[in-house]
Amino acid sequence: MQSAEEKQAPQGWKRIGRAIMDAALVPVLAIFSAIIVGGVVIAVVGGNPFAAYLGLIQGAYGSTKAWSETFVWATPYIFAGLAVALAFKGGLFNIGAEGQLAFGAVATAWVGYALPGMLGVELPAILHIPLAIGAGMLAGFLWAAIPGALRAYAGGSEVINTIMMNYIALNITSFLLNGPMKDNNPLNVIARTPEIAEGARIPVIFDGLRVHWGFPLALIVAFLVWYLLWKTTFGFEIRTVGANPDAAKYAGINYKRVIVLTMALSGLLAGLAGAVEVTGLNYRHELGFSIGYGYDAIAIALLGRTHPLGVVLASILFAGMRNGATRMQFLTQIPVDIISVIQALILLFVAADAIVRYIYRIKAKEDRLVLTRGWGG
Amino acid sequence: MSEKKIVLDARGITKQFPGVLANDLVDFDLREGEVHALLGENGAGKSTLMNVLYGLYKADSGEVKVNGENLILSSPRDAIYKGIGMVHQHFMLVPVFSVTENIMLGAETDHRATPNESPLVKLDRKEVAQKVKSLSQQYGLEVEPAAIVGDLPVGVQQRVEIVKALYRNANILILDEPTAVLTPQEADDLFRIVHELTTRGVSIVFITHKLKEVLAIADRITVMRGGKVVGTTTPQETDEHQLAAMMVGRDVILTVEKEVAHPADDVLLVEKLRVRDVRDIETVRGVSFTVRAGEILGIAGVQGNGQTELAEALTGLRRIEGGTIQLAEKNLTGKTPRIFTESGLAHIPEDRQRHGLVLGYTVADNMVLCDYYKAPFGVNGVLQQKALDENSRRLIQEYDVRTPSPYVSAGKLSGGNQQKVIVARELSRANVKLVVANQPTRGLDVGSIEYIHKEIIAMRDRGVAVLLISAELDEVMALSDRIAVMYHGEIVTTVDAKSVTREQLGLWMAGSKVQQPAA
Ligand SMILES: Nc1ncnc2c1ncn2[C@@H]1O[C@H](COP(=O)(O)OP(=O)(O)OP(=O)(O)O)[C@@H](O)[C@H]1O
Ligand SMILES: [Mg+2]
Repeated sequence: MQSAEEKQAPQGWKRIGRAIMDAALVPVLAIFSAIIVGGVVIAVVGGNPFAAYLGLIQGAYGSTKAWSETFVWATPYIFAGLAVALAFKGGLFNIGAEGQLAFGAVATAWVGYALPGMLGVELPAILHIPLAIGAGMLAGFLWAAIPGALRAYAGGSEVINTIMMNYIALNITSFLLNGPMKDNNPLNVIARTPEIAEGARIPVIFDGLRVHWGFPLALIVAFLVWYLLWKTTFGFEIRTVGANPDAAKYAGINYKRVIVLTMALSGLLAGLAGAVEVTGLNYRHELGFSIGYGYDAIAIALLGRTHPLGVVLASILFAGMRNGATRMQFLTQIPVDIISVIQALILLFVAADAIVRYIYRIKAKEDRLVLTRGWGG
Repeated sequence: MSEKKIVLDARGITKQFPGVLANDLVDFDLREGEVHALLGENGAGKSTLMNVLYGLYKADSGEVKVNGENLILSSPRDAIYKGIGMVHQHFMLVPVFSVTENIMLGAETDHRATPNESPLVKLDRKEVAQKVKSLSQQYGLEVEPAAIVGDLPVGVQQRVEIVKALYRNANILILDEPTAVLTPQEADDLFRIVHELTTRGVSIVFITHKLKEVLAIADRITVMRGGKVVGTTTPQETDEHQLAAMMVGRDVILTVEKEVAHPADDVLLVEKLRVRDVRDIETVRGVSFTVRAGEILGIAGVQGNGQTELAEALTGLRRIEGGTIQLAEKNLTGKTPRIFTESGLAHIPEDRQRHGLVLGYTVADNMVLCDYYKAPFGVNGVLQQKALDENSRRLIQEYDVRTPSPYVSAGKLSGGNQQKVIVARELSRANVKLVVANQPTRGLDVGSIEYIHKEIIAMRDRGVAVLLISAELDEVMALSDRIAVMYHGEIVTTVDAKSVTREQLGLWMAGSKVQQPAA
């Protein structure tokens, strides 16, 4: 009997392949459904869905330039999506990516424009870029550690605290960008920092295209997050605390410390999103540039099934939609806002996966019923 | 007997899970007013079969007839509608709801005169409470309708489940391992209830691993092994040994064989320990005892007399109010669970799904739940997949865990096999000096119990100290070298296991004063 069972049990690559199929099924169907429903919406408002989607795809993935721009969009999405996904794995809901990202950007920008002046020397890129990015990561790390500590040691809901802290962060940012950190170039009227030093800028990959080395960095970080979560003992602790806090306690895991660190690492990744936007794309921090990344990140993490690979794919999809929308509007006069509708629909279908399963008659996996078997099994 | 009509008839039920044929052409029938016991090894397919009959799982093939009518059960709702009720253990109740609310849940009476009226009418708790009262009187199922379920002992929660099924007019009742979590008294109450129900025409499927129970209450007994029915018999025709052999396919030694103990130094030293429970009531009240290397100290006591809190305190899981704990000459009072395990503690927890396992993790991961960070499993902070694999393959083999592979998530194993994963993990840990085993064989089949008892005794003989807490008095008596009786949070006496009778222990457990001087 044992040998027959062994034969049927999926092994190695086959097992991994099946796991990916299982995990991807609902997101893919959700996207598909959202495209259909979105098409109906476009038709109802008098547009031609086919033309609209064609424009969207062209704008997003239709040329080298389109791909470049999509990757530019995808870069902060990946970092912020990873931030939310990592927290999710630890059983924490980080709604604060937006604020952590803003602080990351502020810190990076400051190191980028002010540090050489303070030190009185021009820093070489090899030093300045890591310093600037490191400052952004540190800012996110520390800012997110606060709700983490509140959760671990005082039982405060990290959901509420991170939301509140977003307001605090954005208001402080606004104060800084309008006051002490304001670009005092006489021509400047908006709330933004001065430009960062040349040496603090991440170079572009190809001349003439905006995509910069921050995108490959995002892919590397996605790999590192995956490695951390599934290959290290600390990742084991994070996942255990997320999956069953009581068992984590039983296993001797210092779960309070794990909660604080998970949240802080999540903030670090969000801070990285801001840091890379500043050093790779905008070369300064400007109030309002990032509005929404931190919230889109939640959708991306969910669509990506909180898996780093899923986050990367979801980011490229969301980025493509944002990027292609302009061309779609240009070609078909359908407002870019339809993209938000489609994204919302995707999220709705992913969240309500029972509906998707019902529509496509997919049997729910029977392990979902485990709870009902009671402990006696 | 045989002229009784058949109320439930399942033919050729087959159910395949990835890697496991859980039910293989199973035939099973139930007659009116009988108790039909279902026996079988862990992973034999009992729960699967019952979940098919209850509509939770869809069989790959086979047919189910209820009262002669062919049915396709596709959800529990259908099953309930046809008068089938199933009692899983406590997880089906909402702990913060009252008994009445739990019973109403999913069967809220609709009081609207016309369908156009707002559906947001007030729930009629009174009427339900009334019916609950009358049901509980009728069947002798004492439950207090207004009580909050989370506050009730497990035995009473189970009664609520039964009332819930009866409230939905169940005349076929499936009880999946109902006695596993009950105290002997509660189990006796349950048997009385079962008897009462059958005299009123309710037919009952009763799953259990306890052979004595089967012989005492079943009208017929069906034994499953490896997804197939091995045979059906009656208590008159069979005995414990024969049943055990039928289940496991070999002879099982039902009595525990062990040499005399050679206790050495004190390993665990507990002094004046005081602990509060979740409700902030002091349930361990100044307990002192020692466990020596090479001996098994059993704690006998009716459940709820502080054993749970005692075990949690001794493993660092629960804060203590006073007293000291010393393990292997180290003072561990107030230390974290990690320091306890580092000092040589292995802990088989009482609640396997809450503490013992991460259900979503693979068997391999669960088997290193406490040692993941240590070589050979964790080296420089990196998990060594190969070591995890080897470890789990070895333990699966040694402890006969029935799983298609080490990579199946623990939640997919049968209840007993989940327990085996924990026991295997804890008993195989390196450098163990003390084992705290709380209900170590709960939900296991006789063959597995035999094996685990042997392992525990082997550990004792290797010089490990064992603290055994079990609701099974038989288990405590069979394994222990000394027995401490716990009553109302205190250890009333500690006696030599060989010189005490079951009856005497029973009296002490019930609170009668100790006459003789303690050993
Ligand atoms: N949801 C599921 N997914 C995959 N396999 C499952 C699932 N449920 C049960 N199995 C497998 O089916 C087999 C039979 O399991 P089942 O729970 O019916 O056993 P059981 O006879 O009730 O055992 P126990 O006495 O331990 O409760 C086991 O090998 C188990 O691993
Ligand atoms: Mg079972």
